[in-house]
Amino acid sequence: MAQSKLPGWVNAGLIPALNLLTAFFVSGLVILAMGENPIDAFGYLIYGAFGYEQAIGYTLFYATNFVFTGLAVAVAFHCYLFNIGGEGQAYIGGLGIGLVCLYLGDLPFWAILPLTVIGGALFGAAWAAIPAYLQAKRGSHIVITTIMFNFIGSSVMTFLLVEWLKKPGSQLPETSHFPDQTWMPKMWELAEKFGIKMAHSPLNLSLIIALLCCVGVWFFIWRTRWGYEMRAVGRNPDAAVYGGISPAKSIMIAMLISGGLAGLVGLNELMGVQHRVIINFTNGYGFVGIAIALMGRNHPVGIFFAALLMGALFQGGSEVAFEMPNITRDMIWTIQGFVILFTGALEHMYRSRLEKIFIRKDAEGTV
Amino acid sequence: MNDILMHLVLVADATVRMSTPLILAALAGLCSERAAVIDIGLEGKMLGGAFVAGTVSYMTGSVWLGLMAAIVASVLLALLHGFACITHRGNQVVSGMAINIVVAGLAPTLGHALFHINGDTPSLPASARFMSITLPGADFFRDVPLLGPLYSELISGHNLLTYLTFALIPFVAWMLYKTRFGLRLRAVGENPEAVDTAGISVEWLRYRAVMIAGVLCGIAGASLSTALGASFIRDMTAGKGYLALAAMIFGKWKPKLTVIACLLFAFTDALQARLQGVELPIVGEIPVQFIIMLPYVMTVILLAGFVGKVVAPKADGIPYVKER
Repeated sequence: MAQSKLPGWVNAGLIPALNLLTAFFVSGLVILAMGENPIDAFGYLIYGAFGYEQAIGYTLFYATNFVFTGLAVAVAFHCYLFNIGGEGQAYIGGLGIGLVCLYLGDLPFWAILPLTVIGGALFGAAWAAIPAYLQAKRGSHIVITTIMFNFIGSSVMTFLLVEWLKKPGSQLPETSHFPDQTWMPKMWELAEKFGIKMAHSPLNLSLIIALLCCVGVWFFIWRTRWGYEMRAVGRNPDAAVYGGISPAKSIMIAMLISGGLAGLVGLNELMGVQHRVIINFTNGYGFVGIAIALMGRNHPVGIFFAALLMGALFQGGSEVAFEMPNITRDMIWTIQGFVILFTGALEHMYRSRLEKIFIRKDAEGTV
Repeated sequence: MNDILMHLVLVADATVRMSTPLILAALAGLCSERAAVIDIGLEGKMLGGAFVAGTVSYMTGSVWLGLMAAIVASVLLALLHGFACITHRGNQVVSGMAINIVVAGLAPTLGHALFHINGDTPSLPASARFMSITLPGADFFRDVPLLGPLYSELISGHNLLTYLTFALIPFVAWMLYKTRFGLRLRAVGENPEAVDTAGISVEWLRYRAVMIAGVLCGIAGASLSTALGASFIRDMTAGKGYLALAAMIFGKWKPKLTVIACLLFAFTDALQARLQGVELPIVGEIPVQFIIMLPYVMTVILLAGFVGKVVAPKADGIPYVKER
């Protein structure tokens, strides 16, 4: 693709906005086809996501998950690797977090927090390690191996929760509750300490950790040697080899960091809300990460805003499903698919037309 | 002795039955990728086909209308993929994933709006399904030793779509290797510039390849909900599209090897169903979760170890930019 001659605000603002509007427009057509009023539906959606203080808390809570999985996909993508295994990595990462909380839960919170972060990241990275190794050394297609590892991870977790980690005497496939001191403090609890009143919502300290991860990822990708090597391999592996960079090493680093980030979803979901490891707690968040990374142009700032948007979609979607009995929460996935389609695969749909408009203007300006 | 033989025949029979959607999807991927369009969206097209086949068969009572509608739906999804990847030169993996996610959401959404049973379709009556066909003489020859059970169990008694699938294998191979269209289709996957120079439209060829994939995926989907199963169930493809893709890579983008790989996956699947709850010597009973993951683990091992040098079509995944 030739160097874009479009002004920066068109590239980073107008084109993604147009793509997004198209995705919502097509989703609206689907809602219309089901005999519901799309304008009402989007009204409920926006009210459900931002209409009252508690709703905003929920939106930010979901957004926290998506920041983790979005960053995970983005880091791998900078090395031109498609990590579709965020779902499995987040699931197994949750196991790491759960084990720390269950077996080291007597420690004080300031000691538990770094241990759970390490536990989640390690387990998530471990689940990404095999597909990464196979891609790096044997050239096995990472898209397929990571998808397979999602299925395998799901079976492994079911087995562990049913056979080994189940709470004694319970029939449900879930662990015992974590000890109280391992619970991630809620934002409204923290705010209360400073004398500020906030509506109760599951929003918790994980949001801050997610934001720190944004900064960390930015620093890693654009300010460190490994990050540079990764991007070089992603752009042109042959040129990178001539530059003395090992593609295999970069692939491993990119995927391990990617898996580690995905593994942190459990901080928010398990330590923040569930306080135990439950079956399928990842709920598709790993797949949403793909949409987030695409929409956010693989940049942490973009990812944060994309995560906010998806968080709103998840939270507002519940409101829509509640108000419109014909529409279920599955509709959220449909909207998401369209978002991925129009911001990802069809991102150039408007580009050539816009180029014509803006370049003609530019030419007139210089004449 | 006869007992063991019967067991083997039954596993082989299940293998043939379960390989139907896999082979169709793998051939679809093959046609698409031979023309250099990567198709991660096999899964979504199959799921869409399965939903539409189940819904239309239930509503009209005609399994043939269901099949037709499934093909139409799947081809429409394929055209969407083509629009994104061929016309707008978008990222093919992203487009395929998007289609998978759209369908995974849309099918249960529409299913819920239509039937209100958790996004599934009601179970189909026998008249709205492809039932098993008993070939002539199957009952008569049943008692002939060796050949009898082979004929009456393994060869006879499948549904029409399974027979169609096995008839399509040589047809697709013939189309790819023995017709002018096939030659051009393969050429467009290896060296699109040469095809363009010969005055043949690269885009139109790729669109046709993608549409063939759509037709095959539509049949595959219909086989899931109206032949192998008796209704549409959410997420009923359960990764079969990706397994088909892996089979195609394992088969080095060649029809015969790809079909063998599909049969291998189907065999693991058949074995999986047989192994549940069975005490094995030495290891004892294997937990059901480990048996369920067998086909997936198998895929990873095959991709990792036994593929050897993989030679994808040279232009696979690269959009064609005509020089101006």
